[in-house]
Amino acid sequence: MSDYWVLLGIALVVVGFALKFNPLLVVAVAAIATGLLGGLNPLAVVAALGKAFNDNRYVSIVWIVLPVIGLLERYGLQQRARAAIERMRGATVGRLLIAYLAFRQILAALGLTSVAGHAQTVRPLVAPMAEAAALKTHGPLDESSIERVKAMAAATDNVGLFFGEDIFVAIASILLIQGVMSGYGIALTPLQISVWAIPTAVCAFVIHAARLMLFDSRLGRARR
Amino acid sequence: MITLTWLYVLAGAVFAAFALTSAIDRTNAKRFGNAAFWGLLAISFFFGDALGDLGNGVLVLVMVGIAGFHLLGRGNPPTTDLAEREILSERLGNRLFLPALVIPVTAFAGTLLFNYTPLTDAGLIEPRWVTLILLGIGVLIALGVCMAWLKPPVLAPIEEGRRLMDSIGWAALLPQMLAALGAVFALAGVGEVIGGIAGSVIPQGSVFLAVLVYALGMALFTMIMGNAFAAFPVMLAAIGVPILIVADGANPAVIGAVGMLAGFCGTLMTPMAANFNIVPAALLELKDQYGVIRAQVGTAIPLLACNIAILYFASFL
Repeated sequence: MSDYWVLLGIALVVVGFALKFNPLLVVAVAAIATGLLGGLNPLAVVAALGKAFNDNRYVSIVWIVLPVIGLLERYGLQQRARAAIERMRGATVGRLLIAYLAFRQILAALGLTSVAGHAQTVRPLVAPMAEAAALKTHGPLDESSIERVKAMAAATDNVGLFFGEDIFVAIASILLIQGVMSGYGIALTPLQISVWAIPTAVCAFVIHAARLMLFDSRLGRARR
Repeated sequence: MITLTWLYVLAGAVFAAFALTSAIDRTNAKRFGNAAFWGLLAISFFFGDALGDLGNGVLVLVMVGIAGFHLLGRGNPPTTDLAEREILSERLGNRLFLPALVIPVTAFAGTLLFNYTPLTDAGLIEPRWVTLILLGIGVLIALGVCMAWLKPPVLAPIEEGRRLMDSIGWAALLPQMLAALGAVFALAGVGEVIGGIAGSVIPQGSVFLAVLVYALGMALFTMIMGNAFAAFPVMLAAIGVPILIVADGANPAVIGAVGMLAGFCGTLMTPMAANFNIVPAALLELKDQYGVIRAQVGTAIPLLACNIAILYFASFL
């Protein structure tokens, strides 16, 4: 089947990412290869790439928060976030991140997805707080443990966002489900769909919260 | 009416400022690479709609070339050191949190205001982009508060923003590039081929296996595309509608909602979802660019199993 050749682009992406080539280069090469194998002429491929890039500029808007975050870091915001945790009794990484998970899931379920995020809240507040909480309860940690604490802060933001937002009726993915289903003559209201996001949201909270507690206790054992 | 275009002009101005300050930063040996990279992004935000598809395509390829051939360096704009920050943090106290909270609070209050009061119909803000535009407004308010209160040098927000932007580097562009790759995949018919494969591996008569292939297919195809939205119509067409809903009589609301969430489990495990998985690793200056994904796999796999169970039991209630 000659059709299967278009899948070569996927293989290029997997191999390129695995070999740690520059991802931008990998993606551009995969896009051009896929387009050519799919029977488009080279100029049409470049044009398709350009159109999609232009249509998706809104994805990069979030970087306009960097001047504010950078400015606050200049005046000691991260140090302040650490100090606040150090003074708080009973603050541990596990408890702190579970609280953030709940906060993120609830806000996302209310449709407030841009309120928090990696640039807005994780880098300036959540990651330094988590690091401070880990150092406070477990004493000095090696570099790889601190890396894992920060990575877990970012992971918690993602889990909270992904498995909270679909409970909100007007989010893009619910509207997409409704739209695609109606294409098959299946009429669903957004509310009918979004209530079925609740069981998964509960599972996500339970699983990730349990992992955070486990992570916290293992961090204690891995201490130097 | 405030539209997305206003926000693009603001973003264009920010990136143009990053480009100009990069060009004169002698601490960065590759300063012209940085200037060109952020300058081209500024051009994309200012003039993207006027460049035409081919023009934008060429712009993208030049930016990829700059990043791919290691012409992007890292500037060292003047800032405070750790000791100074400790002192400033003590002196300024918890009030430092206030400007940081202005951005989320503006988005929060604004969204409520625009969705649940008569302002909804006032036509002040383009409805589709309310939250993003409020984010922009929050940034401007927070910036104003910081400048008035802290009185930093005039260029400080740009220089500090550039410090963070350079630490993210090429990764900042990856989400947009992957969206572009998704569009080319769609044009070349990748979705139909994958859907055909998924549809043909289902054994006859087993509802559980059909559910399994549907959920795993959503997760795997999402990992390939980096986005559950691209996977959903394909898997629904291949398995969800013809096999689960029509032949087996599954509840379409469950198939839709939980199928999408099975895809989100895939999003947690793929570098293709760069804005969630790769960009934060750069933003937090992690050594392992896959560190965030490694932290997520332990949640994603059991959660995918839960989704399969929910699909199997709830679809046929």
